[in-house]
Amino acid sequence: MTAPTAGSTTATAQRLLADLPPSPAVWCEGLRKRYGRRTAVDGVSFTVGRGEVLGLLGPNGAGKTSVIKMLLGLVRPDAGEVLLLGRPARDPQSRARVGYLPELFRYQPWLSAAEVLTLHVRLSGAAVPASEQRDVLGLVGLGERAGDRVGGFSKGMQQRLGLAVALVARPELVVLDEPTSALDPLGRVDVRDLVLSLKERGVAVLLNSHLIGEVERVCDRVVILDRGRVAAAGTLAELLGSRELRLRLDGVDARAEARLAATGRLTRSGNWFTVTLAEDEESAVPALVADLVALGVGVHAVEPGRISLEERLLAVLREGSGAPS
Amino acid sequence: MSAVRTVLTLAGLTLREAARRKVLRSLAVLTVLLLALSAWGFSRLDAEFGGLTSGEARLAASTVLNLVMFGFSLIAALGTAFLAGPTLSGEVESGTALAMLARPVRRSTVLVGKWLGLVAFGGAFVTLAGLAQFVVVQVTVGYWPPQPVTGLALLAAQTAVLLTLGLLLSTVISPMASGVVAVGLFGATWIAGVVGGIGDALGNEGVARVGAVSRMLLPTDGLWRGAMNAFQDPSLLTQFAPELGGSPFFSEAPLTVTYLGWAVLWVVVVLGLAGLAFSRRDL
Ligand SMILES: Nc1ncnc2c1ncn2[C@@H]1O[C@H](COP(=O)(O)OP(=O)(O)OP(=O)(O)O)[C@@H](O)[C@H]1O
Ligand SMILES: [Mg+2]
Repeated sequence: MTAPTAGSTTATAQRLLADLPPSPAVWCEGLRKRYGRRTAVDGVSFTVGRGEVLGLLGPNGAGKTSVIKMLLGLVRPDAGEVLLLGRPARDPQSRARVGYLPELFRYQPWLSAAEVLTLHVRLSGAAVPASEQRDVLGLVGLGERAGDRVGGFSKGMQQRLGLAVALVARPELVVLDEPTSALDPLGRVDVRDLVLSLKERGVAVLLNSHLIGEVERVCDRVVILDRGRVAAAGTLAELLGSRELRLRLDGVDARAEARLAATGRLTRSGNWFTVTLAEDEESAVPALVADLVALGVGVHAVEPGRISLEERLLAVLREGSGAPS
Repeated sequence: MSAVRTVLTLAGLTLREAARRKVLRSLAVLTVLLLALSAWGFSRLDAEFGGLTSGEARLAASTVLNLVMFGFSLIAALGTAFLAGPTLSGEVESGTALAMLARPVRRSTVLVGKWLGLVAFGGAFVTLAGLAQFVVVQVTVGYWPPQPVTGLALLAAQTAVLLTLGLLLSTVISPMASGVVAVGLFGATWIAGVVGGIGDALGNEGVARVGAVSRMLLPTDGLWRGAMNAFQDPSLLTQFAPELGGSPFFSEAPLTVTYLGWAVLWVVVVLGLAGLAFSRRDL
C-alpha cells in the first residue's frame, strides 16, 4: 500500500474507464408527464447510442415533442430519469454538446442570422471560429443571407436557420423535432443528407418526423409512440422483418406452384404471385427463378419488396386502438 | 465562470434588443417632448417671477422640477415594464426561449442576465434624461439641484425595482398583462404615497399609514420621495414646511439607510422568486 501502487491503481482505473464503451447519447427511463388531467407521456424509456440515428414516430399528440422537451430540461418530468451523453439532465452542462431544433422554431427577429449563431455558440461555451459558423450557414443554404435580419426570413428560411443553430456548436447529439415541416422538397433532401453526414461523423441524432420515407431512409432504429407509451421499438430490420418477392408469371402449373410455396407463404392475384421470404433469404431468389424457368414457367418480372415502415406504423397504431371493446 | 459569461451575454443581448426595437425610439421621442415642454414652462416661470430671488419662485421651480422628473420616472417605468414583460414571457410564447434554454445554461442565470441588461438600460435612460433636464433648468432659471448624483441613483433604483416586479409578473402572466399590472401597481403606490402625505399633514395616523405600508410593499414610491428630496432646494424645508406637508411633489426627509437596505432586499427576493417561478415553468 505505497504511494506508487495507489498511483498505478488510479491509472488502471482510468484506463478501464477509457476502455469502457462511451455512455449512450441519450438514456431515459420511465418518463412520465401529465398536463392537468391529461397524461401526455406515460412511462417512456429508450436509448440512443453514440453515432446512432433514432427515429421517433407516432400520431399527433402521441407525446413525441413532450418527450424531447423532457430530455432537454425544457419540461419537468413528473417521474423518470434522463442521462444525456452520460450526465444527468438535471445538470445544464449535460447539454453542452447537444444541438436542438424545436418544433416551434423562432429566433430573435432583431438579430441577423450570423448573430443568432454567434449567440448560440457563446451560450454553448464552445469556441467556434466565425469562418466555421459561416460554413454552417452555407451548409443549410443561408450563406447569402448571413447579414440579414431574421425577422425578414420566410418560414422555411427560419427552419434552415434552426438547423444551423442545432449544428453550429459541434454537437455530439442533435435533436430534430420535425426538421422538414416547413421545407421545400430540395430542403428535405438536404436534411436527409445532413443527417447521414452527421451519422458518418459519429454524431447521434434523434429525429422526430411525420415523413416516414425520410425516417426509413436515415434511421438505424425507430421508436413508435402512441398515446404516451412506446408502442413498438427496434431496428428497421426488426420492425419490418420479413421481405417479400413479387413475380409476374404465366404458365404456372401445380408443380411450379408447389415450388413457389416451398420458398415461403404464397399469395396470388391474377398473374402476380407474392412470396413472403423469411429474413436473410434473398439468396434463395436466383435458385427459385432458375427452377421456375426449368419448369417451363414464363418469368416476366421479379421484384423484391418489403413491408414499408408506413404499413408497419399503421399496423402498430391500429393494433393499439383497434381492439374493439 | 461560465455563469458570468452567460449573464453578460444575455445582458448584452437585452441591451441590443432595446436598441434595435422601437422602444428606444419612442422613449427618445417622449423624452425630447418632455424636455422641450419643461424648457418652455421654466422660461415662463422665470418671466413670471423675474428671477429666482423670492422664496415663492424657488418653490415653484423646485416643484416643477420634481414634477418633470416624475414624468421621466413614469416614462422609464413604462419603458422598462413594457420591455421586461415581452423579454421573458414573450420569448416563451413565441418559442424563442426553447432553443436558447436548451443550451447549457441555468434559467435563473438567463433571468439575471436579462435583469442586468434591463437595469443598465433603465439606469442609462434615467441618468441621461435627468441630466438633460438639469441642464434645461440651469439654463432657464439658473437652478441646480443640491444632490444630483444621489437623486439620479435613486431614480435608477426606482426603475430597477419596477422592472424586477415586471420580470416576476412576466414569469407567471402574459407579456402585455405583466406590463400593465406593473405600471398599475406603480401608480397605485404613488397615489397611496400621496394619500399618506395628506394623512401626515392632517395628523391622521390611519391615513398616513396607507403611504407607509404601500412604500414597504413596493419601494418605488419611497425611492421616488428620496430622489425628490435630493432634487429640491433644502432651504424650502425650513421656510415652507407647514404648507408643503401634503404636496405630492415635495419630500420632507431624505431616505434612511434602513429603507435603502429594505429596497435592496426587496429586489433580491423578488428576483429570486422570479428565478424560481421561471425555473419551474414548462416551456
Ligand atoms: N403545454 C401543454 N399544456 C397542456 N397540454 C399539453 C401541453 N403540451 C402538450 N400537451 C398535451 O400532451 C400531449 C402530447 O403532446 P405532444 O406535443 O408531445 O405531441 P406530439 O407527439 O409532439 O404531436 P405532434 O405530432 O402533433 O407534434 C397532447 O395531448 C397535448 O395536448
Ligand atoms: Mg410534436
